[in-house]
Amino acid sequence: MPDTLPVPIADDLVCSDSGGIALLASRERATGRICFPARPESDARYDRVVLPRTGRLWSWTVQRFRPKSPPYAGPDAFEPYAVGYVELDGALIVEGRLVDAAFDDLEIGMAMRIVPLPFLLADGSLRTSFGFAPDRGADI
Amino acid sequence: MSEDVFIVGAGIHPFGRTPGLSGLQQGVFAVRQALERAGLEWRDVQFAFGGSDAAGNADTMVSELGLTGIPFINVANGCATGGSAMFGAYSTIKSGEFDLGLAVGFDKHPRGSFSPLPADWGLPAWYGETGLMLTTQFFAMKIQRYMSLHGITPHTLGAVAEKAFANGVLADHAWRREAVDIDTVLQSQMVSDPLTKFMFCSPGEGAVALLLASGRKARELGLPAVRLRAAAVRTRPTGSFEVFSPALDLDRGGSPTGLASQAAYEMAGVGPEDIDIAQLQDTEVGAEIMHMAENGFCADGEQTAWIAEGRTRIDGTLPVNTDGGCLPAASRSGLRGFARSMRIMSS
Repeated sequence: MPDTLPVPIADDLVCSDSGGIALLASRERATGRICFPARPESDARYDRVVLPRTGRLWSWTVQRFRPKSPPYAGPDAFEPYAVGYVELDGALIVEGRLVDAAFDDLEIGMAMRIVPLPFLLADGSLRTSFGFAPDRGADI
Repeated sequence: MSEDVFIVGAGIHPFGRTPGLSGLQQGVFAVRQALERAGLEWRDVQFAFGGSDAAGNADTMVSELGLTGIPFINVANGCATGGSAMFGAYSTIKSGEFDLGLAVGFDKHPRGSFSPLPADWGLPAWYGETGLMLTTQFFAMKIQRYMSLHGITPHTLGAVAEKAFANGVLADHAWRREAVDIDTVLQSQMVSDPLTKFMFCSPGEGAVALLLASGRKARELGLPAVRLRAAAVRTRPTGSFEVFSPALDLDRGGSPTGLASQAAYEMAGVGPEDIDIAQLQDTEVGAEIMHMAENGFCADGEQTAWIAEGRTRIDGTLPVNTDGGCLPAASRSGLRGFARSMRIMSS
């Protein structure tokens, strides 16, 4: 990861380059089926693949109450956040937080792109997770 | 030649909150009521399947019911625990191994949403840590997508909730027994868009017990009996959209409900057009709407007209969730599924 991003929240979740971050996934050799999260690299039945960075919003909702901890590891202070599934071009429909959009502006079919999501853990440490933001360039 | 299977007794502990009684004790209450109504004794029961999601091990009921040494199989299958216990008892009698058995489900959930741990679901920790692992989000996003594809509006969601609460008024065992009008449903607190507070069930408590018998045993007992013509359980196929899925296949496919209902129709030798009454999984109103189509009662999108015309009301052409289902009766994971069988019997 570049120095500008905090440590990823998990191994084998995201990779990054000058174009930003992307999600790691696995392709089953026998069937070609793509799965996310990625399987362990040691699993010979799968090849590691990088998912496309752009896609379309497939469904969404808003999380309006603080999830219980565990498993939720965010801070006690809570603001509602949007969650959705994004159909990444030709690959897979992936669930993640939706950022940089007013709840009222969310619409199934809108163009989205993956972005790094700084995630503050309850212990005060910062990690890099992923989210999806409107891909405003794509809709013009 | 497999045995016919009959339900010869049923007991229920009312749903809601019962301080002072454990989930297990509510389960024992339901078992004793089923036995009493059937005029049977615990020593007559040859085997049992039972379970709860959050209220302990069903087989420990033998300490209260009697140490008769019978096989008592604990079932732990989440929200399908009750239905899975019934499937176990049904299959055991159908096989001819035993003549008279028990299926029991009970639960006592803490308040609020469930707090599942990712590792228990084969998922990485980050999925729970970052706030994606909530059943409520799944329910909301499944119906949100379905509404977009099939032109269903929030008004239809509200009408299903209004019907549920109206039916709950008539059910002795329901938790909430007050009508809630559609405006109140639609204007109540938004939980996960598009689902409001009154569109969801609340985690609660309760218990249901069924006594199942072979045809031969049922005739010998001379009890009023309901023939159980099919019981089927399925898991998610490729391309389905079920709870706690970090990713979904591009190629969309069927659902476990579709597979299970198809199997049940084939076993029973009937089709959806033959069904007169249905109790459908309805953790929230979207599930009831989608399960109307997944069970083959209507095509995707026809729910709008069906519900506007009142076809699923208790006086409609296909009454659905006649005791109100989970909304007024509360979610009790351990007994969901066969609470539905019980409700049909008492309807």
